[in-house]
Amino acid sequence: MEAADLGSERGGQQVIHTLLLLTLVAVQDTAAGKMVYTKWCAGCHGDNGAGDGQGARHMVPPPRDFTGAIYQIRSTPSGQLPTDADLLRSIDEGLGGTAMPGWKSRLSERQRRDVLAYIKTFSTFFADTTQRPQPIAFSKEPGGDGGADALKVGRQFYDSIGCRKCHGDQGRGDGPSAPTLKDDAGHPMFAANLHENWRFNGGGTVEDIYRRLRTGLDGTPMPSFSDLLEQKFLTDEQLWRVAEYVRSLSPKEPPVVRDVIHAPLTKRVPHAPDDSAWTAVDTYWFPLVGQIIRKERWFAPAVSGVWVKAVHTADSIAIRVAWDDRSQSPDTAWLAHLGRVFSTLSDDSTREQPVPWPDQLAVQFPVSSPTGMERPYFLMGSPSAPVYQWRWSSTARATAIAGLARGVDRFDPIQGAGGGIATQSVYDHGEWRVVFTRALASPDTANQLPLRTGRAIPVAFFAWDGSNGEHGTRMAVSTWYFLALDEPVPARVFISPVLAMVLTLGLGMLVIWRAQQKTSYRRQQ
Amino acid sequence: MKGRIFSVVGSMLLLTVCSKGNQSSAAPAASPTAAPTTAPAAPAASSAAGGTITGKVKFTGTAPRNPTIDMSEEAACKSKYKTTPTEENVVAGAANSLANVFVYVKSGVPAGQKFTPPTTPVVINQDGCRYHPHVFGIMVGQPFEIDNSDPVLHNIKAIAKANRPFNVSQPSAGMKTTRPPFTAPEVMVNLECNVHGWMKAFLGVRPDPFYAVSKDDGSFTISGLPPGTYTIEAWHEKFGTQTATVTIAGTESKTANFTFAAH
Ligand code: HEC
Ligand code: HEC
Ligand SMILES: [Cu+2]
Repeated sequence: MEAADLGSERGGQQVIHTLLLLTLVAVQDTAAGKMVYTKWCAGCHGDNGAGDGQGARHMVPPPRDFTGAIYQIRSTPSGQLPTDADLLRSIDEGLGGTAMPGWKSRLSERQRRDVLAYIKTFSTFFADTTQRPQPIAFSKEPGGDGGADALKVGRQFYDSIGCRKCHGDQGRGDGPSAPTLKDDAGHPMFAANLHENWRFNGGGTVEDIYRRLRTGLDGTPMPSFSDLLEQKFLTDEQLWRVAEYVRSLSPKEPPVVRDVIHAPLTKRVPHAPDDSAWTAVDTYWFPLVGQIIRKERWFAPAVSGVWVKAVHTADSIAIRVAWDDRSQSPDTAWLAHLGRVFSTLSDDSTREQPVPWPDQLAVQFPVSSPTGMERPYFLMGSPSAPVYQWRWSSTARATAIAGLARGVDRFDPIQGAGGGIATQSVYDHGEWRVVFTRALASPDTANQLPLRTGRAIPVAFFAWDGSNGEHGTRMAVSTWYFLALDEPVPARVFISPVLAMVLTLGLGMLVIWRAQQKTSYRRQQ
Repeated sequence: MKGRIFSVVGSMLLLTVCSKGNQSSAAPAASPTAAPTTAPAAPAASSAAGGTITGKVKFTGTAPRNPTIDMSEEAACKSKYKTTPTEENVVAGAANSLANVFVYVKSGVPAGQKFTPPTTPVVINQDGCRYHPHVFGIMVGQPFEIDNSDPVLHNIKAIAKANRPFNVSQPSAGMKTTRPPFTAPEVMVNLECNVHGWMKAFLGVRPDPFYAVSKDDGSFTISGLPPGTYTIEAWHEKFGTQTATVTIAGTESKTANFTFAAH
């Protein structure tokens, strides 16, 4: 409409009108935006946009301070402001892996645009006409993606650029510089775990990753790599390969929770975490969240989930738990990071001195097989209704003990040889892999759950990253899930040839279906 | 399933509203001794006529020891040193002279007066996994060039408030990047490398050419000043700031000495 009017005789007048109208609209926008902001955003981002709302002290990363106009998710070069479309994307979708939720389903488009206009008023940069954002003209992903050769090129540049300095050799955020990272305000910052693309701030597709590599995440240590193209260190196609390589580190789909861990019957117990027998066993993923029920609460857990496999023989069970952890604690290199975590979060009464704590993991069961759906309190039972736990710690001996937990602060080990369990553990480039083994039967059925086939046994997981300040109640927790020891298929006495044919066909299809399920769930090693 | 995570996270959020407080950022602890190094770059421009302010910067007390740098992760940088390199937090010379102090005219230059920035860029070089210079100045509008003399990845992050912050990277030796000029005066813009946590530099962005960085002997010279009364500020990364007032009547030379206290 504006463009058409410009040509007309009264164009000048029209333009003035339009301008007047536009300023009016803008004023309305921010006024309406302020209402939305106060209601939905100020609790985290603060009344004045300084990132100091009531909830801010409990978050890592903390809510963005809008007064500096420093934004991570942009389509513009490092140092430039984001476009409105960039901001709208962050507001709509939220920032993966952080407390920033998406608002698309909660607020109308109008409200989201109004609040966008309002958050821009917190910084004078947006009013400065010399600071117009100029989006990068991004290329399209070249063909031949995902193939082994493409990934090889990607990996080669991942190494030669030096991504591993922060993200680590295998991309789990455990590089040599990782313990030193902080944002512009000095808050602790992890190098992203590249195996969890569903937790990337700006989205997990190849295209999202490519864009982040071009723009960097301003305000964080993650730089822009656009200059590398201009200086011919690598070609645009090669940078796409890096993005494809990074994408290939995560599963095809974000992991989905399946409630029941099936432990198939095997001939032999694989005691070692890297025993080849484990490769054929299905993997189950369970998310962990910060423990925020009991003091001291913990809002910044470093372990976001565990990957579990289980098998059993006629008389023993083996459970393999793997999880990503950037640090092989105790490690004094992380003490400064720990100090930053404490000073960013510390809310509950005590202010502890940073200590190099070990990493820990607990696998929890009820003391006895529950009848019906009744289960003990998931958060480590209670004084009257304890739970049975296997606790592993990465101290020098890296062993585990079984015992009874009676609430978060009481754990009574079971006497004698680790309470009947054995463990083997490996720390490998940012991943712990621990195998717990135990006899199915238990000598003390009152306190140590006998493990039987054919029924669902409740199980829960807890993890502590010592280098992130986690010990005691500062931990990551799961809810109850189930473990099922699958029974051997009973031998059939007689099968008619026709039935056999039908069965084989059916089984074949089932196997294919299961295999597809597995490949999409199983984590890429 | 997504719903499930969200509900867990959601209930977390519900519980998050509690205390309120001020943010504090951790400042790295400083420590002592004196190691003379090369002089930082001189200021960009000066006009022939006008007054001059010279002076010396010193400190009292014992200089904190500069922490040594563990470069074992970067053999290419490590090999550039015969002795273990240290940080350059406090660079002291003979008789407690203090280098790397940014001295500039904080106020007194008439607001309307405009100064044309030089077209020659101010250059910072990454060499031996340290910045050269460590403290320096630049004029608003002047080109800023970043060079890499190390065959390793550096990222160069500028932390600024009045100017746009940025974070770019150079993975190999020989790379040169020219940044868009700074747009507003700011003392100081902090530069840091996050691959090498010890790499820090400080850049004073000024609207005029009236600034200098103290040399190893603590001396500095600001010249070309028109007549007027000026507030001069001396900035040091560990010791803070000191000010002095100087009146210039013509083409004379005045002295302003600064003394910092090392704790
Ligand atoms: C539960 C707390 C919370 C609420 C409520 C919240 N945010 Fe955020 N927001 C965050 C956190 C935390 C970050 C920083 C994430 C990071 O640094 O990775 C953030 C970041 C942002 C960013 C920066 C995106 C970028 O590219 O850097 C924008 C924009 C934003 N929020 C807008 C909003 C708006 C608009 C609302 C209200 C409709 C809102 N937020 C409500 C927690 C919150
Ligand atoms: C100086 C350290 C550093 C280097 C070098 C570095 N990164 Fe990062 N990267 C980070 C940090 C820190 C984050 C997390 C930022 C945050 O959480 O907001 C990150 C985040 C990411 C993300 C997630 C983006 C998102 O949307 O959340 C990807 C992908 C990534 N980096 C890939 C790479 C690749 C590929 C390279 C090499 C070309 C690289 N990084 C080099 C520090 C670094
Ligand atoms: Cu560096």
